[in-house]
Amino acid sequence: MLKNIVDWLENRTGIETAIKSFLYEDIPASSGWHQVIGSMAVFFFIIQVFTGGLLAFNYAPTPGEAYNSVKYIMTELTGGSLIRGLHHWGASMMLIIVVLHMLQVFLYGAYKKPREATWMLGVVLLLVTLAFGLTGYLLPWDNRAYWGTVVTTQIAGQAPVAGQYLTRLLGGEGSVGNVTFSRFYALHTVLLPPLTLILIGIHIYLVRRHGVTPAVDDTAPRRKFFPEQVFKDTVGVSFAFLILFMMAVFARVPLGRLADPTDTNFIPRPEWYFLFLFQTLKFFKGPLEAIGSVVLPGVAVLTLFLIPFIDRGPLVRLGKRTFAFAFAALALIAWTGLTTAAILTTPKTTEADETAPGAESFEAWQALTPNELAGLAYFRKENCKACHPGAGKQGIGPDLTKIIPAHREAAWMTPHFKNPAQIEPGSSMPPVQLDDAGLNALSAFVGKLTPQNETALLSAPDFAAQGALIYQTKHCDACHQIQGVGKKVGPPLDGIGAHRDRAWLEKHFVDPKSMSPGSMMPPYKFTPPEMDAICKYLLQLPKAGG
Amino acid sequence: MDEQHQSHEVADDLSPTRRSFYIKFIYGIMTAIGAALAAPAAIYLLFPPKIPKEGQWVDAADLANLPTGKPEEISFQRTRVDGWKVTNEKATAWVLKKPDNQVVAFAPQCTHLGCAYHWDDPSHTFICPCHTSAFSIDGKVLSGPAPRPLDRYEVKVDGGRLQIGPMEPHA
Repeated sequence: MLKNIVDWLENRTGIETAIKSFLYEDIPASSGWHQVIGSMAVFFFIIQVFTGGLLAFNYAPTPGEAYNSVKYIMTELTGGSLIRGLHHWGASMMLIIVVLHMLQVFLYGAYKKPREATWMLGVVLLLVTLAFGLTGYLLPWDNRAYWGTVVTTQIAGQAPVAGQYLTRLLGGEGSVGNVTFSRFYALHTVLLPPLTLILIGIHIYLVRRHGVTPAVDDTAPRRKFFPEQVFKDTVGVSFAFLILFMMAVFARVPLGRLADPTDTNFIPRPEWYFLFLFQTLKFFKGPLEAIGSVVLPGVAVLTLFLIPFIDRGPLVRLGKRTFAFAFAALALIAWTGLTTAAILTTPKTTEADETAPGAESFEAWQALTPNELAGLAYFRKENCKACHPGAGKQGIGPDLTKIIPAHREAAWMTPHFKNPAQIEPGSSMPPVQLDDAGLNALSAFVGKLTPQNETALLSAPDFAAQGALIYQTKHCDACHQIQGVGKKVGPPLDGIGAHRDRAWLEKHFVDPKSMSPGSMMPPYKFTPPEMDAICKYLLQLPKAGG
Repeated sequence: MDEQHQSHEVADDLSPTRRSFYIKFIYGIMTAIGAALAAPAAIYLLFPPKIPKEGQWVDAADLANLPTGKPEEISFQRTRVDGWKVTNEKATAWVLKKPDNQVVAFAPQCTHLGCAYHWDDPSHTFICPCHTSAFSIDGKVLSGPAPRPLDRYEVKVDGGRLQIGPMEPHA
């Protein structure tokens, strides 16, 4: 049955003959383990296409959305972080393998006549691999991605003459945003993969056309590619795949905070294989900068490209290629030195992985309802700390973490705030000048203070207190629920940061209907500091039941 | 390598055991790698997201405004977890208030292929325009290709207002 199908296919397409002629190609007897790296590079390209396709199934290619969808892949989908791990580490490993393949060909002098074109195409494939890394770096749209790309597009802009056109082509004019993102995405997923496929095809065709380079004194009869060399290739591939899989399982691929163009604390850095360039730039100042960023790399690539024409001597034994070894060693030392220097001189990133288990660890203020937290804003405004210093320190007023339960109730506290001495004879506390809602919030907050949470609550970030204050004074709870408090006319807001970003919230406040058609929410005009506080506060609300 | 088997052209001097070991190894490893990629891919694509699909209740209509004994199409806003986003969207339901104030809310898609059906007052049936499925006022299939009665939303009445919940699991 199976044989019939195979025969039919062979008869109609000649596929069996084609596969056989590919597998049973003659190769020199001197072929061996050193030639498995090329096959490994092809294998890694297949891995990248496969995992990249899977990621694309759950990826939204627009800024902001991209970040949320990557987060979704990492945290909501089973196996999502493994797939992203394979793609992320696969990219690094592919580059290492491409470079090793190149190094092997270089050291063996396999680029010599008549194989110059094969080599030059290989250099192009190296550049394509780097282009994949560069464009893919932006796609998670976290701070790392964003700032890395800002630097990249600026570097492209330094190229003599072509600079400004290059920047425009990358959509990086003005700032990195929607246009850059779409172009990087298009390059990474639409243009580069088929281009790579075609180039690999031609590369392999050229290898076949000229045959695998034999050793100088190889006079032994030629052998077949299959199965011995394929076996060696398979060993190499399985070894590399095992490393990749372990990395994907055990080394988490981080996803930082959502890209924030106003973040002045973030230190941009490129992917590790570009760090040497990053470091080189530090040596060139002012008008000389283009030398480090464009001229030197350009010369290096050109040299690499033209190596078959620079070294035109006949093929010699590996042991006699002293100059080639020295050249490779020098390049390796320079690369390692620059990379190490870059790592040592760049401060470590302090940004947390937003998708790590337990990343959403609670801060004390996140356990409070908006009303209670608004009380903290009043607590600060009224400078209650002057008399209730907290942290066990002696103040004019009592330690608020130790007041008796009956006095923790708003029913006692609110009248006390209005007229302290009347409720607590002898109290020297001045009346608190707030409206009823404010007094309620303040008493709700004070009622929550315990010796355990006091320090953390009193030092809660101001955006949280101010955000909650806006929430309370604008009566957001008339339609929304946080931690089960409030009405359910609109959607509950717990954990809203998992699905919305800053830009969305801001637009939504200004014109709710533009973001959610049919929304009954009225528009809100906030001053920039208010907008900042309410957005930050809302985006950091923990998920319900957490 | 066996010197005697050398020829001018191509030597295939692998012993049969070696050859078969190589081939088995190649197929074995390729299968293993294929499985190591295919299994996570299948899980990744087929397992549902981890977000719990909590049934959300939304305020849909004032019970007093609904006619008795005649289905009425009402629309309401509901939030839905849509991949990496929570969307607020308009949803509709065909609501029937019975004389005893019991309320039934039908999901607005035909159970055949999901077309929007409507209430046809003269014939006193729900009619789907796509493949002419017809349903009785209580959602039972009267004719046409529909495989099961109309799907229903869970409903409850809170202070005279109709609340609509998640879809009831169909039998």
